[in-house]
Amino acid sequence: MDWLRMEQWHPYVVGAGIGLLSWVSFVISDKPLGCSTAFARTGGMIEKLFRGSKVAEKPYYQRFAPVIDWEWMLVVGVIIGAFISARLSGQFEWSWIPSRWQATVGGSRFVRWVVALIGGTIMGFGARWAGGCTSGHGISGTLQLAVSSWLAAASFFVGGIITAMLIFKVLMT
Amino acid sequence: MLAAIHAKRKLQLLIGLGLGIVFGFLLQKGGVTNYDVIIGQLLLSDFTVVRIMLSAVLVGTLGVHLLTAMGWARLHPKPGSIGMSVLGGLIFGVGFGLLGYCPGTVAGAVGQGCLDALFGGVVGILLGAWVFAALYPRLEPILTKVDFGELTLPELLKVNRWAVVAAVAVLLVILLVLIDKARL
Repeated sequence: MDWLRMEQWHPYVVGAGIGLLSWVSFVISDKPLGCSTAFARTGGMIEKLFRGSKVAEKPYYQRFAPVIDWEWMLVVGVIIGAFISARLSGQFEWSWIPSRWQATVGGSRFVRWVVALIGGTIMGFGARWAGGCTSGHGISGTLQLAVSSWLAAASFFVGGIITAMLIFKVLMT
Repeated sequence: MLAAIHAKRKLQLLIGLGLGIVFGFLLQKGGVTNYDVIIGQLLLSDFTVVRIMLSAVLVGTLGVHLLTAMGWARLHPKPGSIGMSVLGGLIFGVGFGLLGYCPGTVAGAVGQGCLDALFGGVVGILLGAWVFAALYPRLEPILTKVDFGELTLPELLKVNRWAVVAAVAVLLVILLVLIDKARL
């Protein structure tokens, strides 16, 4: 079982595995793999703690009820699966600053936290705006040949490439 | 029989968890739960993310359309519009470049101990999704700009579904070969 302890698998093995996983998901759950709706539901669940059941009346939560569902469990599973994989290969480690960030931007935890928080907020907002993320549109939607998903996936990368180039090639040089 | 399994709510929650564990395991083994790998992709110096995505879409497209033709699966294409898919996608991309994880890989990054993913990424995405839910009624006029609903490529191009499946598969293989040849 040494392959389970390997640090990295070939990208095509991982890709084919995710492709096969999407078959299983369509057949046994009648659902495409996706992650960002779970965050919208959780936001609603947290708001419910403060404002009670009135939250469910918001038009958005009428479409995406703030409850634990299949996709929410999927995201919890992703955390557990990545943890198992990282423990098996000995890569699990508490860390604040990615090495490439440290080399280019610097070693301040606060700066990394603030940028990650702002980035996360914009991304969460954009994911709900586009109706999906890199999994829901980028993989599950494109494989269904949905026009919305091909447009969204291309836009994710256009926006991402421009932003990353601005940070690493313009701002930080 | 499948419909009966789909209707079992508690069983489906367990299946969701199980599929998620496999998904997270694969993402971590692929290296895409690392900020460095994702930023490397956006800086066009490391094509791991694109290689994983394109091979997943290749295997997924062939299998899911075959399963659909056999009556074992149903498609659920997401609705969209130019306002939703392009504008929303670009906004997502800005966040993607700043954070260096996406909503799935951020969860995987948390699983391998990345605290910037937890306290920055996850908290931020929750906040962003919550702000969107609050603004949703006011954003609706933009979200419905050039609305095309649950349109698929075969419907748009008015050609047989299998022709598009084959064309997409060939295109993906060519792209993967080119990426390999260029040693990206």
